[in-house]
This record gives sequence, C-alpha cells and structure tokens, in this order.
Amino acid sequence: MTKPAPPPPGSTPPEILRNFCIIAHIDHGKSTLADRMLQLTGVVDERAARAQYLDRMDIERERGITIKSQAVRMPFVKSDGDDAGTNYVLNMIDTPGHVDFTYEVSRSLEACEGAILLVDAAQGIEAQTLANLYLAMDADLHIIPVLNKIDLPGALPEKYAEEIAGIIGGDPDDVLRVSAKTGQGVEALLNLIVDEVPPPVGDADGPPRALIFDSVYDTYRGVITYVRVVDGRLSHRDKIKMMSTGAVHEMLEVGVISPEPLKADHLGVGEVGYLITGVKEVRQSRVGDTVTSNSKGASEPLGGYAHPNPMVFSGLYPIDGDDFSTLREALEKLQLNDAALVYEPESSGALGFGFRIGFLGLLHLEIVRERLEREFNLDLIATAPNVIYRVELEDGSEHVVTNPSEYPNAGKIAKVFEPVVSATILAPSEYIGTIMELCQARRGALVGMDYLSEDRVEIRYTLPMGEIMFDFFDALKSRTKGYASLNYELSGEQDADLVKVDILLQGEIVDAFSAIVHRDNAYAYGVALAGKLKELIPRQQFEVPIQAAIGARVIARENIRAIRKDVLAKCYGGDISRKRKLLEKQKEGKKRMKMVGRVEVPQEAFIAALSTGDGPKA
Amino acid sequence: MNIDGPTTDTGGRPFGVPPPEADFGVYVHVPFCTVRCGYCDFNTYTSDELGEGASRDSYADTAIAEIRRAAAQTGRREVQTVFFGGGTPTQLPAADLVRMLAAIDECWGLAPDVEVTTEANPDSVDPASLATLRAGGFNRISFGVQSAVRHVLAVLDRTHDPDRVPDAVRWAREAGFEQVSVDLIYGSPTETMDDWRFTLESALALKPDHVSAYALIVEHGTAFARRVARGEVTMPDDDETADKYLLADDLLTAAGLGWYELSNWARDDAARCRHNELYWTGGEWFGIGPGAHSYLDGRRWWNVKHPAAYAQRLAAGESPEADGEDIDDATARVEDVMLRVRLRSGLDPRTLGPHQHLVADGLLEPVDDRLVLTRRGRLLADHVVRELV
Repeated sequence: MTKPAPPPPGSTPPEILRNFCIIAHIDHGKSTLADRMLQLTGVVDERAARAQYLDRMDIERERGITIKSQAVRMPFVKSDGDDAGTNYVLNMIDTPGHVDFTYEVSRSLEACEGAILLVDAAQGIEAQTLANLYLAMDADLHIIPVLNKIDLPGALPEKYAEEIAGIIGGDPDDVLRVSAKTGQGVEALLNLIVDEVPPPVGDADGPPRALIFDSVYDTYRGVITYVRVVDGRLSHRDKIKMMSTGAVHEMLEVGVISPEPLKADHLGVGEVGYLITGVKEVRQSRVGDTVTSNSKGASEPLGGYAHPNPMVFSGLYPIDGDDFSTLREALEKLQLNDAALVYEPESSGALGFGFRIGFLGLLHLEIVRERLEREFNLDLIATAPNVIYRVELEDGSEHVVTNPSEYPNAGKIAKVFEPVVSATILAPSEYIGTIMELCQARRGALVGMDYLSEDRVEIRYTLPMGEIMFDFFDALKSRTKGYASLNYELSGEQDADLVKVDILLQGEIVDAFSAIVHRDNAYAYGVALAGKLKELIPRQQFEVPIQAAIGARVIARENIRAIRKDVLAKCYGGDISRKRKLLEKQKEGKKRMKMVGRVEVPQEAFIAALSTGDGPKA
Repeated sequence: MNIDGPTTDTGGRPFGVPPPEADFGVYVHVPFCTVRCGYCDFNTYTSDELGEGASRDSYADTAIAEIRRAAAQTGRREVQTVFFGGGTPTQLPAADLVRMLAAIDECWGLAPDVEVTTEANPDSVDPASLATLRAGGFNRISFGVQSAVRHVLAVLDRTHDPDRVPDAVRWAREAGFEQVSVDLIYGSPTETMDDWRFTLESALALKPDHVSAYALIVEHGTAFARRVARGEVTMPDDDETADKYLLADDLLTAAGLGWYELSNWARDDAARCRHNELYWTGGEWFGIGPGAHSYLDGRRWWNVKHPAAYAQRLAAGESPEADGEDIDDATARVEDVMLRVRLRSGLDPRTLGPHQHLVADGLLEPVDDRLVLTRRGRLLADHVVRELV
C-alpha cells in the first residue's frame, strides 16, 4: 500500500489540522496510548517504538532535558467515512499532570481544539483528571471520552462510562473503549479525532500571534520554545517579539517535532511547533506569553497570560557553609529551565547563609531540592515549607511574611490572613466520614458534595493551604486505602487566629524551627516537635533543654541529658587500626551535623516538622 | 628485600637496623579456648571448630616457624616485652609456651629485664603448670576473672568456678610470679551495682598488683550481639555503666591501685603492663599467630585469621600476612593522640591544635606540663579524641 506524501510543515491548510491533548491520571495509560498513536500513524515504526524511541528518551532523561516530545506532529490518512484516504495532520500536545502546574496545563489546553479524556476502565476518573477536564471544558475544547484498559479482567466499562457521561453529559454508549496496550480501538479513536475535533481557525493574513505553551532549556541549543500559531505565520529569520516584555529576538530556527525535530521555513495558522532564538533562560520565553513579529507585530496579545506566583516557601541552606556560592550558581542554572523558581538570599541564626525559595507547590519543591542535591552534589538542609501570610498591624501597616522568623510580635498584630484552597476529593462513598473527619481536623469548611455514581462521591472543601502542605495527601491516601484522589487550587485568603511557635535549644531561639500554626493546634504542635527533637538530637557533652514557646510563654519542654560515656573500654595492638578507622568514620558523621550554638543537630531534625507521622497536625 | 642501597623506606637507617629509640615487643596469639564466650570477638576457636593442620599439638611448632621467619625479616633485635594472649594460652601445655618463648629468645634475644606475660583462665592452671611457666621465663600472669558473681559469669558464658580464683592466684604467687593481674568486665546484662561492687571487692581481696576493668562491648558478629539484637538480653544503660566505672576507680584507688590507662590500674610503676604501654606509646612489635597484628617500620599488618590457613601458609614457606597498611606521619599522629590520651601521662599540649575548650569543659586538665583526662574526661575520651584530631 502506498501512502500519499504527508503535507510538509509550514503550509499545512488549517482544514486538515487537528490539535488535541490527552487528559489522564498518571498510570491510566497516557504514554502507552501516545506510543500506539505514533506507531499507527507511522511516525515511529512498531519495532523501533520501544527499542529505539524510548531508549533515546532515557538517555535524554539522564542528560537532563533536551528536546522532549512536547508536541508531536503525526500525519494521518483517514481510514473510515466519506473522507477515507484523505491526508490529515494531528498534533498531539503534552500536558503536565500535577496540581502544582495548573497554569501550564491551562496553556497547553489553550493550544488545542480537542481533548481526549482518558480514564482507566478499572479505576474511574480521578480528582486531578476531573480538575483538568473542567479546565478543558472552560477552554471550550471538544472532549472525546475514552475508557482505556478494557482488556483488564477488573475493567468495569459500563460503570465508568456512566460516570463519565454523568460528568460531561451525553450518552454512556458514546464513550469509546480502547486498549492502548493491545491497540484495540486506537485507529477508531484517530478517525474520531478527525471527525469531531474542529480544525483551527485564524487570520492567515493578519499580524502573527502564537501562544507559548512550553519552554525548555537545552544545553546545546539554548531555550526551545513550543508554540501554537493562532494568526499569521512565523518565519525563519524573522525578528520576533515577546509581547509581555517587548523583548525582541532573532529567530534562528522554526520547525515541528515528528518525533525528531524537523526544520521548516515557517509555521502557519493552527500549526504547532518549536522555535529557537538563542535566549538562554526560560524566563525570557515564558509560558502563556504571545509571540509576534517585530516589524508588523500584533497590537493585542492572546489572552490569559499570567505570571507564575510562588505559593510555598522554604529555606535551603548548605550543610557546609563553604557551599553557599555553589548553591547560588546551581540556582542560577536551574532558573534557566524553571521560570517559576524564585529565590533570594537570606541568613538564619541557626543555619548561616542560604536562600529563601518560592515554589509553585510541594512537588515543585521536591523536584528542585532533588536536582540541587543530585546534579550539583550539594548537601542541603531544607526548612519546613510554609505558605505566605499577610499580616495587618495595629499601626495600620501591612507585612507579607514568607518566613516564620519574620512574623511580627503578637502584641502588634491586628489581623492575619492565610491562603486557602478549594479542594476537590473524589473517593468511594464509604470513606465520606473519614474524609470529613480529616478535613475538619485541618480546619476545613465543607462546600459541597455530589455523587458521581452510586458509590463514588466528589467532596469539596475550603482548606487553609498551610494545613494541607505537609502530609495531608498522605493522610488522605492512608485513610482511604489509596482510593481517594485530591485536587486543589488557590482560592483566596481568610483571616485566622495564628501564632508563631518557636523552638529554643539551651534557651536560644532556633529560627529554622519556628512555625506558624493555628492557636488551637499550637500546644500539640509544640509538644510533638519538642519530643521529636529530643529523639533526633543526639546526647551532647552537656545538658540541652528544648522548649517550645509562643512569644515568652513556654508551652512544652524536654531535656536531652548530657552524655556520660563515650569511650571504648580497650585498645590494644590488634585494635588500633580498627579504632582509628571508626574514629575517622565518626568524624565524617559529625560533618553532616549542623552546629546550632554549641549543639550538634543532625539534618533530619530540620525536617522533623514535616514528618510528624503521629504528629502535631493530625 | 631491598639490597640496592643503604637508604630504604626504613627512614635512612641501614636495612635491618632497628630504630634506636623504639621499644620492641613480641605478641604471641594462642587461638584456643574450651568454650567460645558469646561476647568475645577475638580470633579464637574451640577444638571442634578447627580443621586439618591446625591442632593444638602442632600449634607451637607452627608458631615457632613464624618466629624464625619473622626474625629473619627484622634481624636480631632485643625484646623488651613478650605477651601471650588469646584465646586462652594456658589451653596449651606449659612446656609449649616455654618452647615458644625460648624460640623468641634464640631468634631475637630477650632483654635482661624482659617482661613476659601470659593470660590465663583460672580453671586451666595448676601448681605444676605455673611452676613450669615461671621456670621457663614467664614473670607476669593475667587472670581472666571477669566477675565474681555466678549469674554474671553465666551471661558471659564463662565456665570457671569463681571460688577457684583465690587458689589460682595463690599458686601463681607460690610459683614465684612477681606480677599478678586480674581482668574484670563490668556492665554485663543482669549485673547490678552491688554485683559489681562484690566483684571489685573479691578482686581486691586477691591483693593483685594490677587490675584491668573493661566495660562489656557488644561486638558486631558475635553470638552475644545476636542475643542482644533478638532482645534475649538487655544491655544496661550507658549512664549506669559510667557509674560502674567511677565505682571501680574509687575502690581501686582506695586500695592503692592507681589508674595509668583509662581501663588499667597498677599498684606502682613497676606493676604496669609494659607490653601494653608499648602499644600505647608508638613502640614496635611483631605479632605471631593467626590474626595477629604487627607494627614495624611505619607499617601495620595482620595475619590470616584462621589457624588452618595460617598453618598452611607457613608449611608452604609463605608469609601468613593477610593485609596491611602504611602508617604515614599524619596517620601516626592521629594514632598517637588516640592512644596517649588514654594514659595518665597524657599529651604534650605543645603538639596539639585547639584544645582549650576541652579544658574549659572539664574534660582535660593540665598536670605539670602535660594535659591529662579528668575523671569525667576518661569516660568521654572518644569525644576528646574526635575534637583533637
């Protein structure tokens, strides 16, 4: 069978273009389905699919990030209906799947006309998927509901088709059933995308406007910017302008990914591809911004651009003070590839010099910390993360607190505002009681509850963001045997009765241990943290009193007794080498301790507040 | 062997000529016991555990073969101290021990005032064997008494009858041993403070010249460590063990035995164990026997551990060395601080880095022109070493 030649990029008529994304929960089979589509469209041949293509991805992953398959162009020849045999071009656009990156998700959706809602036929829809689905519906995307893994013995396609139809409207029978693993139904899905997803519409002759939906730093090429052209065309060697900043760049290369980068002369209306301008920082090419041409540029940007705002702050300090400049250089490098990362130097009485770092959320924090330790070989102490508080003082002035140690004296405070989120929890209905109990304990306010099906509910709560940061998701999972899923988004602030709890070692406040908690929880928090520190801080040559205090009022105390015996009883000729090596090992261990005054404090103590399993919050 | 020139890595001395300042000792390891005590991590075996070629009967000959080999390596060198340890050296016939000592004298030469010690189990000596040892040149004996309390001995798997200890000590005196030492262990599971006091008083009633008292160490890989790990026995709290150390120091001092190393007390300077002092002051020694360590010419090495492998090596005319390490100047300095800090003669403050904080903390104190551990400092000696090196 001879295939008609695929249309070259740059001059693809919008009528044959279909831009779509896949909305799915992690492990519901998104990448398997994507791989299967790449094979069916001939972009990657079957044998090479796993053996070569995926291998290449592994290498890229090891090297850090190079060109990811942010958006793959797949030529497709329709195989059913009146237009069977006609050439089409499908652009599959990847979406990040985590709650920390809602804004990025919304920009990816903005680049599409349609979305496949992919749901595991054995598990049903999850809270994050639901949240992304709502985003897609808000963006007026055409939704194609698909149940995956219908080959699994535990699949309940009827039940979950019903559930999906209940959410998006329509007939359960219209929910497509596929197995990405076996390939069953995937060709039908491709045909359905052509039939149902509307082709892009734009002004081909107008000034160019393209939406940046991803921006990735590559060691060799600088920043690779992924765009969806809305109006006009972007050409190689054009001078382009970023509309949020007015910055002008030379366009060194445009092209599409299929699945290797493929250079083109230009990208036209509705097309999805990449551009390279030689800029070195992703901040210069921000997700959500509009690219236009410098000479005959558009006057109005595409809507919806927002600057990413950090929601969670944590202090990062090198264990070895000499690593401070290494940490600064490392952060500079990470920022090349992470426009949401913000930081400024700060100093702590306990930890010395470090940085206060703002993150989009806890996952973002984890990713950054891990990369700093792994890629830059740094030993770091991260202080317990906190949210931003807005404090109104009696004198009418206002302070934004990103670090508990900067919390004003209680006497001066008129009002404190904490950020709140609207959280959506999906779970089997048998767990309603447990979930409500948990949310109540975290100072949540019930907003509403709906049954998705007979035995699955959607529970909506307003929760203080500070209460869900540490271990809320873990607690939710463990109380629902893993069945509950969670999504949340920032929804404003509320006034709350908050206090700062300080920890004192030997009578001195250790700023790195200070935390802002609700007054009702302060006592339990202080007791738990002081107890935890007593366990974690080894006995020293002197007694170490630990106190938890609100202002001058001590609410909990513990005491680490002085160590009395630290000596090996004997050391004869045959013991000398071994004892010397033991000594050297102990010296090494000591290096991983942080001196707080005269007290040696192990790294773990600084994250104790995070890992209080039976601790202060629950 | 380096025969090319006069200077070798012996530091400028002609090859084979010992450094004039360093004392030289010989340690002989005897790897036999009747019972393997659960807490012991020494290289020792009961008769059932040994294979071909490593029997008790042939051990002295094997060790003598190593002595000859060793002396050929070092050249003739006067021996100031000899120490037979184990295991239980007195598990061998006294005549075998005497034969090994004679070989050391023949190959290296014993100093006129040589100290020759053997460890002994109170159960494995009698007047005749003690007389043989004394006549053969042994002049110091160290009895493994450990405890005077039966339930404590049982926890330690010690089989000797505590009531027999005074006899053994008396026989040793009658045989003419000038120096009699007893070894004690404290801090065993089930041992109360009164048990330990009773052990100390019983030991002092023997009028020993010297006492070694060690806190029980749970050594990794021993049967005892497994019992602790399984929760069958519970190790006492470190604070209680510290109190036992202080009790020992009080009672021994009151009885006229002064500390000269943190786990060793002696009636007077002459009663100190010179062999151990050699270890602690950078002296050189040759270790004979399976698993024995040696330290000569800036190098420390150790023999293969198993008696059968050891015997095979020597039978084949090969060195029994398993592995070793060079002790460079920096390492030697660390070891010197680590070992000397434990001595009542202490450290020379001029050779130390910052140490005033340890004086301020009451862990070290100046005594004449030396820095010596305080009583509290002795219990925290490892901390002091980590601060100093």
